[in-house]
Amino acid sequence: MKWLTTSNAVTGSQPSLTAAAVNAIPRNNAALGQNRLARRWRFAVVITAALVLLPVASVFYLALFPSHNIWAHLVDTVLFYYLDATVRLLAGVGLVALLIGVSTAWLVSTCDFPGRRFFEWSLLLPFAVPAYVIAFVYTDLLEYAGPVQATLRDWFGWRTMRDYWFPEIRSMGGAITMLALVLYPYVYMLARAAFIDQSHAIQAASRSLGCTPWQSFRRVSMPMARPAIAVGVSLVLMETLNDFGTVDYFAVRTLSIGIYDTWLSQSNLGGAAQIASLMLGFVVLLIALERFARRRQKHFSQVGRPGASGLYQLRGWRAALALSVCAFPLIAGFIIPALRLSYFALRGFGAYWTADFIQLSLNSLLLSASAAGVTVALGLLLAYGKRLFPSRGLNASVGLAKLGYAMPGTVLAIGVMIPLAAFDNGLDALLRNTLGISTGLILSGTIFALIFAYSVRFLAVAAGAVESSLAKVTPAMDRASRSLGHNSVQTLWRVHLPLIRPGLLTAALVVFVDCMKELPATLILRPFNFDTLATHVYQFASDEKLEASALGALLIVLVGLGPVILLSRSIRGSR
Amino acid sequence: MRAQTKAIWMALPLTGALAVSSVQAEEVNIYSYRQPFLIEPLLEAFTAETGIEANVVYGDGLVERMETEGRNSPADVLITPNTTILMSAYNKGLTQAVDSDVLTDNIPAQYRADDNHWFGLTTRARIIYASKERVEPGEITTYEQLADPEWEGRLCTRSGKHSYNLSLFASMIAHHGEDYTREWLEGVKDNLARRPQGNDRAQVKAIYEGVCDISLGNSYYFGAMLTNQEAPEQQDWAQSVNLIFPNQDDRGAHMFISGIALSEHAPNRDNAVALMEFMVSPEAQFLYAQDNFEFPVRPGIERSELINEYMGEFKEDPLSLTTITDHVDEASRLVDEVAYDF
Repeated sequence: MKWLTTSNAVTGSQPSLTAAAVNAIPRNNAALGQNRLARRWRFAVVITAALVLLPVASVFYLALFPSHNIWAHLVDTVLFYYLDATVRLLAGVGLVALLIGVSTAWLVSTCDFPGRRFFEWSLLLPFAVPAYVIAFVYTDLLEYAGPVQATLRDWFGWRTMRDYWFPEIRSMGGAITMLALVLYPYVYMLARAAFIDQSHAIQAASRSLGCTPWQSFRRVSMPMARPAIAVGVSLVLMETLNDFGTVDYFAVRTLSIGIYDTWLSQSNLGGAAQIASLMLGFVVLLIALERFARRRQKHFSQVGRPGASGLYQLRGWRAALALSVCAFPLIAGFIIPALRLSYFALRGFGAYWTADFIQLSLNSLLLSASAAGVTVALGLLLAYGKRLFPSRGLNASVGLAKLGYAMPGTVLAIGVMIPLAAFDNGLDALLRNTLGISTGLILSGTIFALIFAYSVRFLAVAAGAVESSLAKVTPAMDRASRSLGHNSVQTLWRVHLPLIRPGLLTAALVVFVDCMKELPATLILRPFNFDTLATHVYQFASDEKLEASALGALLIVLVGLGPVILLSRSIRGSR
Repeated sequence: MRAQTKAIWMALPLTGALAVSSVQAEEVNIYSYRQPFLIEPLLEAFTAETGIEANVVYGDGLVERMETEGRNSPADVLITPNTTILMSAYNKGLTQAVDSDVLTDNIPAQYRADDNHWFGLTTRARIIYASKERVEPGEITTYEQLADPEWEGRLCTRSGKHSYNLSLFASMIAHHGEDYTREWLEGVKDNLARRPQGNDRAQVKAIYEGVCDISLGNSYYFGAMLTNQEAPEQQDWAQSVNLIFPNQDDRGAHMFISGIALSEHAPNRDNAVALMEFMVSPEAQFLYAQDNFEFPVRPGIERSELINEYMGEFKEDPLSLTTITDHVDEASRLVDEVAYDF
């Protein structure tokens, strides 16, 4: 800022100098500073990307050394089955989540009907329920011995399961339903933000040109929201691809089960890493898709907001239909599981609400909050670096840094372990040889390892959210700030941060909730005598002790509620 | 426990400052693949008796964790529910021999490594559960019969890739060879009433519900179901089946172990050996058998009343665990070849 005032003083006192010459002095200084800053940004981005990429690279490295080659065997035997199950699961979950997410988002953003304001935020609630928890709850409810079938048998006098037909919950259909019910909020969240962002004038114009509301949706709203929806669906698909708990419980043998089998039943970690690398191929495709979709988001500007008056007023059966469309996912994805969990949790409260339980709840909170902070900071660094210096190298670094999201948690955990232990053992060996002291393991087996793993895993979520909110800030802002003498860091701090604060908060909250639910990496990397809510729930639920696990599961859901409600506010706040 | 957790958190900002050199008095560090509720009562008894604190990480992937941690690994012992994992650690050079008369005198040679790199702690039989209503006594008495066409649509099992099934399939290979076992496995698969799913208990539940008539399962699950207070419905499942210890007229029932190994780089070696010796003490062996309905590996320990009542004495297949484990890879390949799980 200083150079600007001096230069003004110079211009004022010595008008005889040409303006160009005057401006040249500070500009050169600034350019020097800018170059140094640019180098620093670039350096920071590349280092961050490299650190985050280390675990993924470790998995590739492992894939080079399988204990025996699995492909010939897999291709000859079960690879097709794994792929078949994986593709059907992805297609099913993607489609159902898309249908639920887009229809509900469109209804609450453009129509008015009883309960609309309630559904606006409550439709996000299922996001707080971990997929493996909803799977346990519904299996308990709907299986042969569960209350639903028992009641039906009572009513109709059926005796054994040979007397009637009832859909089998532990099936492909069951897995698709469970995953879609808790993952559709990704689509809903992004689609709704996109619909809200759309200028009402455009819709009004389409109507005045003779479109019915339906045509206006199909020909105007949908195409404009498509990039955001594609992002939402790609997140759903990545979560689905990596799900282990639900598919294992329902015996849907996807690639993520294949990895587990190859690793644990054949002690072939290298082979497992190879399958994981193949899955990464799937995901690179998804990321490419996402990027392709987001390419067009750049020119979004925020013109005109629909007031409540601009909404389609629904009456009679249309209102009832809208209400049921919105009520179904909320009831099935949140209310039923939450009530069922509450029932079990209350029954077992006395026995399970112990000092240890409180401790492990605090562990989860602290761990998830720290990881969310770190992850969003890293995401901001990457996204902002990319905005400042959009070069191919930087874009590629940021893209690569997101790959951690594409790795199944179990395999990623091993990938995290390798560089950390190498660092620890390297340092230990160095100090032992030079100073004769042993430092042992400094990072491995500590909370640090967990936070690192979470950051690697969820950086894609954070960076994606930060990128899309940065994209809405017009570059004219950057130029204005810079012409007023702020350097890039100052611009970030004074201009961008205040503008994108809601976006950052969203990113942090999503990562927080994801960390609360994270299971496979936590199981492998945690310190001695250390439990989180997720490991606690899993320990009992995997043994089908639903009652013992209910309190923990309910707490994960409740803790997720706060962020989810804030999240919804922040989307509405942008209205 | 809480103080310990606090220490974990406090260590976080200090990790860079090398300040984690804990001055813990006496401790032993355990990587356990077995579930907490099986292990914790034993560890409490151990701490009460010796004053040595036991620190545990429960989970999968712990052998890989030991491997990457290398010579600085804090793990003293590895506890597993099968020999596959013990052998995998052994083959990676992560274990060391324990020269202890307490261990070698009390654990039969069949149930420990020749070079004392790992030891069985409990034994279990993989048996056939059969519906009381729909299967006559004597209708099925061997593993081989599981492939007979008369059982078509009447059998339930968990995933063929699970280590318990792989262990049984590997013993079939050891006894009958690969070709016989492939054909047998195809027959078994054809008899399945539904795609393999759930755990061993879920198969007994399926018998109770009428989905199938026979299933494969570990012996101790019967006790766990029969005495289950938290989930009393499991008592009904257990009441609906008979236990069949297979092949009593020839080689005997397939046996396998849960076991323990001393880590190559164990920092608390003496405490670890103390723990291993404690685990085969009459007290611990009785606790295991009493609480978990497994069989004590140490001969002469009194079995629980329930075991005596429902299982009695039976003939055990004397095949060495090392031989069985050597065939697990083949078994796993066969399971894929017949697409058992699909």
